[in-house]
Amino acid sequence: MVMVSDIGCSGLFDTFFNTHAFHGLHGRALTYATGLKLARPDLKVVVTMGDGGIGIGGAHILSACRRNLDLTLLILNNFNFGMTGGQFSATTPPDAVVSSGFLNRLEFPIDICQAARAAGATYLARCSGFHKDLSGVMEGALRHEGFALVDIWGLCPGRYTGRNKLTPRAIEEGLTRLPPVAGPVEENAGKEYGRHYRELAAALQPASPPASIDKILDPPEKVRSEVMILGDAGQRIITAGEILCRAGLTAGLRVTQKNEYNITVLRGPSISEVILSPREIGFTGLERPNVVLALGREGVQRRSVLFERLGPETLIIQAQGLNLPSTRAEVRRMDFRGQKIKSNDWALAALAVLAGMNRILSPEMLKAAIKIRFAGEALESARKLIDKMV
Amino acid sequence: MAFSLLEGNEATAWGAVGAGCRFFAGYPITPATSIFEAMLELLPPLGGICLQGEDEIASIGACLGASMAGLKVMTATSGPGLSLYSEHISFAIGGEIPIVIVDVQRLGPSTGSATRGADGDVQFMRWGCSGGLPVIVLAPVDARDCFLLTWHAFNLAEEYRCPVFIASNKEIGLTKESVDLEALPRPPIIDRAAPPPGRPFLPFETPPDRLTPYFLPIGGKVLVRQTSSTHGPDGYITTNHEEIARSQDRLEKKLLAAVSRFTFYEEYLEAKAETLILCYGVTARAAKDVYQKRKEQGRPVSLLILKTLWPTPEDLIKEKTRGAKNILVVEMNLGQIVREIRRVIPEKRVEFLGRMDGRLVPPARIEEMIRRVQSTE
Repeated sequence: MVMVSDIGCSGLFDTFFNTHAFHGLHGRALTYATGLKLARPDLKVVVTMGDGGIGIGGAHILSACRRNLDLTLLILNNFNFGMTGGQFSATTPPDAVVSSGFLNRLEFPIDICQAARAAGATYLARCSGFHKDLSGVMEGALRHEGFALVDIWGLCPGRYTGRNKLTPRAIEEGLTRLPPVAGPVEENAGKEYGRHYRELAAALQPASPPASIDKILDPPEKVRSEVMILGDAGQRIITAGEILCRAGLTAGLRVTQKNEYNITVLRGPSISEVILSPREIGFTGLERPNVVLALGREGVQRRSVLFERLGPETLIIQAQGLNLPSTRAEVRRMDFRGQKIKSNDWALAALAVLAGMNRILSPEMLKAAIKIRFAGEALESARKLIDKMV
Repeated sequence: MAFSLLEGNEATAWGAVGAGCRFFAGYPITPATSIFEAMLELLPPLGGICLQGEDEIASIGACLGASMAGLKVMTATSGPGLSLYSEHISFAIGGEIPIVIVDVQRLGPSTGSATRGADGDVQFMRWGCSGGLPVIVLAPVDARDCFLLTWHAFNLAEEYRCPVFIASNKEIGLTKESVDLEALPRPPIIDRAAPPPGRPFLPFETPPDRLTPYFLPIGGKVLVRQTSSTHGPDGYITTNHEEIARSQDRLEKKLLAAVSRFTFYEEYLEAKAETLILCYGVTARAAKDVYQKRKEQGRPVSLLILKTLWPTPEDLIKEKTRGAKNILVVEMNLGQIVREIRRVIPEKRVEFLGRMDGRLVPPARIEEMIRRVQSTE
């Protein structure tokens, strides 16, 4: 068994026991307990926190309830932060006199059992620290297979009871004023996390390492090439970059791919910068792209300053309808829309055009690459598209 | 020679699993999320545990618990998450808990730009803890390094019982490249040392010839204590100042005295070069291009790439910079490791080139800076 304790007077709890012990940071006891229990499912894990810890560690309590990992949490609730001088905690009554001046009058004390119930706790108990059958209450919680929370109310003679009339009788009375909790919470009953995790994990297949691609072809160009693909989110720009990389690998070239996009999902520019080289690649940014695929307005706009720097040795394959900044590069306009090609296929179509020109990659390299990347129907339609454009 | 296509983050995950990692807990954050995704594919089928914590604090906390139970653990994040890890990093240092922490750095400060790179946390990794005791920080340059240095990180975490950071960067983690997976070295695996039998076990005791305590797991037959409080060898709170002083000294010396054993680097020293470029991380790729080009042109520079950032490899820095007149430190931040360089070689002329605007430092800017540095002779 391991006792996992938190910060505060309750944090000394582990020192009273002859067990494994883990005394950690304020509010975080459940996090260590989670790691310990997942690593050693046969270990009995008992966690103690004060009412201080449940405030700072609120998120962890809710998560423990949601997970239902077999841990037992004993909350040593004495209605204040004893160790730091008696400031109010999340459970301090508004009318108590504490070391936080008038501030506790402004905050509502939490019923941690109700909060835990709402979060899915499968076992809840609450009693006084003076309860005749306190061990029985604890035993019930310890035996429960799943997350069990016991809210134990006590006195803090060091700080609290000197200024507030709290007695064992007052505690008993206070307990009756809250909705009762008595052990298993039927409506939340469910699988214990560890058991459930292992059950689901056992059904999974081992992962294979990334496929190794042999050199089976020769590249049309044996020099370092830079390809910039400019598009919009949703145009499968990054996939096109990966396909181009894989095409390079089929010809024994080294490759790098660096992508740029915004944090917004499915909106904004999508840019892929690919380098193919017979030599090891250092810098991964594109300094002088040999080819630019200009496929989407957002991508073109994001890199607009690039265009005036390009010379006639650069080839731009442009989707017709797109406005380009003025440039001295060679521009080839492709009427993808007119050819009824969907916008999210333009990038692959542009690669096919490039392959048809035997620039950067050959048609064979492109076909080998899509075989690696796609399967089934996706592979078929990719093949058709390439045959159409090459 | 066949290549696979993988990004730095995937390589990090494969290196971790290769080194024996069987517990990962993390919270999704760009640009580190794909490490979590890779570990989620890798670990469960191997009987390992992959946990999506409710936040970063829970994730690293779970790692500390699992590590004390005997597993090799890892967590991964970016700058904003590192900020949340801070208190648990301090705990891992004081509690001597082995853990590998990956920071795939992004442009800060704070939320900054999730999809842009930077090396803005390299001092934070070292000093983002209360008490300021040392940690190990390794800095990969590319995907190959992500695999290898992560593997080494686990070995070091086991040997020295401390947090070991991988200072990655969006520009490494999310850049895909060709890697010869088969040719990647697989170093021998090191495990935390169990105590020899015959003595009662004290969790933080060290015999005279060791600076790292022996390890026994929580949950084993012998009772083990772990605590974030100032503790004596028995794992209970101590107020004995001599004992505390000895312990702090040992925690510091544990790593500082051993740094030569885990100083990773690459060197390209040219006898005729008056300038040495000193850099780390993704910037080293641009620096290598500059080195190569200048060598071919007959106007060489030297290049030293640090892959161990902390503890500062002082001996290495002093030795390798000896022959150069000018040191040019290049970083993807406003100047962090350069402070250490200037501290270690105060007699040398140390110039700095850096940027922290979401863009890589390109070879052309390094070139330009070298010309400027060399022309002010």
